[in-house]
Amino acid sequence: MEEKLIVSASPHIRAKTTTTNIMLDVIIALMPAVVASIIIFGFRALMIIADTVLVAVLAEFLSRKVMKRENTVTDLSAVVTGLLLALNLPVGINPIFAAFGSVVAIVVVKQMFGGIGNNFVNPALAARIILLSSFPTAMTTWAKPFWFREGAVDAVTTATPLAMYANGETTSLSDLFLGTTGGCLGETCALALIIGGAYLMIRRVISPVIPLTYIGTVAIMSLIFGQDILFQLLSGGLLLGAIFMATDYTTSPINTKGKVVFAIGCGVLTFLIRNFANLPEGVSFSILIMNILVPLIERATNPRPFGEKESKNA
Amino acid sequence: MDKANLPLPKNPFRTRGGAKAPHRKNTLDSESVVMPCPKQVILPMVQHIGAPCKPTVKAGTLVAIGDVIAESEGFVSAPIHATVSGKVSKIAQVKLSTGQMGDAVIIDSDGEMRISENIKPPVVETAQDLLDAVKASGLVGLGGAGFPTHVKLNVPKDKKADTLVINCAECEPYITTDNREAIENTENVLNGIVTVMRLLELDRAIIGIEDNKPEAIKLLKKAVKDSKEKEAERICVLPLKARYPQGAEKVLIKACTNRVVPVGKLPLDAGCIVMNITSVAFVSSYIKTGIPLVSKRVTVDGSAVAEAKNVIVPIGTPIKDVIEFCGGYSEPCAKLISGGPMMGISLASDEFPVLKQNNAILAFNEKDAVLQKTTDCIRCGRCVQSCPLSLMPTAIANSVKLKDIDALNKQGVMVCMECGSCAFNCPAHRPLVQTMRQGKAMVKSAPKK
Repeated sequence: MEEKLIVSASPHIRAKTTTTNIMLDVIIALMPAVVASIIIFGFRALMIIADTVLVAVLAEFLSRKVMKRENTVTDLSAVVTGLLLALNLPVGINPIFAAFGSVVAIVVVKQMFGGIGNNFVNPALAARIILLSSFPTAMTTWAKPFWFREGAVDAVTTATPLAMYANGETTSLSDLFLGTTGGCLGETCALALIIGGAYLMIRRVISPVIPLTYIGTVAIMSLIFGQDILFQLLSGGLLLGAIFMATDYTTSPINTKGKVVFAIGCGVLTFLIRNFANLPEGVSFSILIMNILVPLIERATNPRPFGEKESKNA
Repeated sequence: MDKANLPLPKNPFRTRGGAKAPHRKNTLDSESVVMPCPKQVILPMVQHIGAPCKPTVKAGTLVAIGDVIAESEGFVSAPIHATVSGKVSKIAQVKLSTGQMGDAVIIDSDGEMRISENIKPPVVETAQDLLDAVKASGLVGLGGAGFPTHVKLNVPKDKKADTLVINCAECEPYITTDNREAIENTENVLNGIVTVMRLLELDRAIIGIEDNKPEAIKLLKKAVKDSKEKEAERICVLPLKARYPQGAEKVLIKACTNRVVPVGKLPLDAGCIVMNITSVAFVSSYIKTGIPLVSKRVTVDGSAVAEAKNVIVPIGTPIKDVIEFCGGYSEPCAKLISGGPMMGISLASDEFPVLKQNNAILAFNEKDAVLQKTTDCIRCGRCVQSCPLSLMPTAIANSVKLKDIDALNKQGVMVCMECGSCAFNCPAHRPLVQTMRQGKAMVKSAPKK
């Protein structure tokens, strides 16, 4: 035999799923929310999304280049981060602020900690919180749905359903379900988020454990404290957070038990912040706090090897 | 434990994890063909787990099929027999498929395939007779591991076995040799099971077989039903969900009996003896004919093989002869695997011989052989979900990187059976099995506390 044979460790065949496929699935799952945001908040929504995505990809490319590391743009994770960040911003945000958010997410939160798989908090969420504390007014000025039919974006503003609720005003469930309320680009349309979440679960990209436990916890807390359950579930960033942010692989526990603990923590914190803190919304902070606790949760919930219990009893 | 009270399962018990490996059982219906006599056979002294054999013949000795050519005094070992008739040409150091060097007896065949006159069927009436006969037959676990069978059947006084689990899961892609054994040798399978049950006083036998082998399941069920032996009432054929790695010993025991083998212990500690279906059929044929383990059925398949076949080859036949018998390479071979694609060993050359425990030879073209580039772990957890033994491969990989022996022990790296489910499912294509092996080596070489 003249040809050299390849010698490598088993297994010699691999499943077809790759990191890029997974990221592509997440992008596909976000498309309903993207389309909904463009319908509800107009062409400017698309501009913000394009802005954050392009800047995120560029930041990923340049930071890898400067650090003399392999180019990782093709894994599409920067696209996902850019998309998620855009969906967490109000439509009226200054595009330069949004671009700054992308740079923070990719360079500071992700690449400085080693790139994909090594960041300890969700890059898009951390960037959102940094933007919120840097530009509090811009980040909390909410355009009315279909503002573009009436005039300039900052002229036609409204409050989010949760802020209105704090002032005793109610929002109809159909508005919440279809997303025709004030809020971040991607958080308002529950329908689009549920479609995306179902797609991810059917494709087995995410397990239903975190979204269901998170949402379930908020529902139970609402019941205990006598709140309107459906309103609590459909308003604010809960669905976006529970389906797309809390399920981020890198910043959530790997094992199922850990996922349950993590998601219950997210749910309890979200409810407490919404109802007892001086903030109308708490999804971002809750997930971020739980992100930081992941190593501890994992340490307490790691599965034990098959047969270990039996060998101790023997 | 009250005898004759153990239930015969109707449905498999729950097992964890695994990989949705493709089946690719292209040779499911390919009847075995006997390969013509090779010119030369190479018989390495290590064809089993345990002490290597020492040659009992010299260059120039004339041998016939079934003559002992090497044995060992170690208990965990199995003698080696001549697999062709002819003359021992030399005893030489050869490179083994593991990459190490080892002694081998090389026999030039005279082309007659003469069976030794010394062969006579053994008398097997007691458990001890059975153990002696199995040891003399040179049988090792034919599923792939190569553990000497007589060691497995030897139940120490302080332990009790009640269940015989027959492994016909054959969960590795491509391989269909156990399937063919069940179809072509159904009678021997059943007789072997009955003999082992009777002599070792086992209460029940469960044949675990993946449900992608419908013909074998049908024939086995029929044979059990038609059998007149009283043990046959205590035998059941249990179709298992076809999901890799159902045939892994601990997984199979769980699926068939719902028992868990404790960490670091053997199936006997769960009251089970596990035998591969081809091994148990061989026991029966050996008792009948006295011909020791001299040939082996192997599945030859893969994208670079001209005709996929099940071939019965004399042990020690060079792989290239077997490939030639299957029409040669249809395109340049880039990877050659002894065994299945999930756990088999990739070979550096096709000059290696077929060994006792080999059950497949797979040759792949360039496209199938090149593995995708490794990227960073994204902590997706697919490895954790797919581990049948509840390990956390990604966490173990971190400990390997940090050379943290304490953490490796705690995470149970030694429990890993290297089934490859984690690496198969990894979207970042990380070489997790290789990392597990590194981790095991670290633990083994660390000073004991």
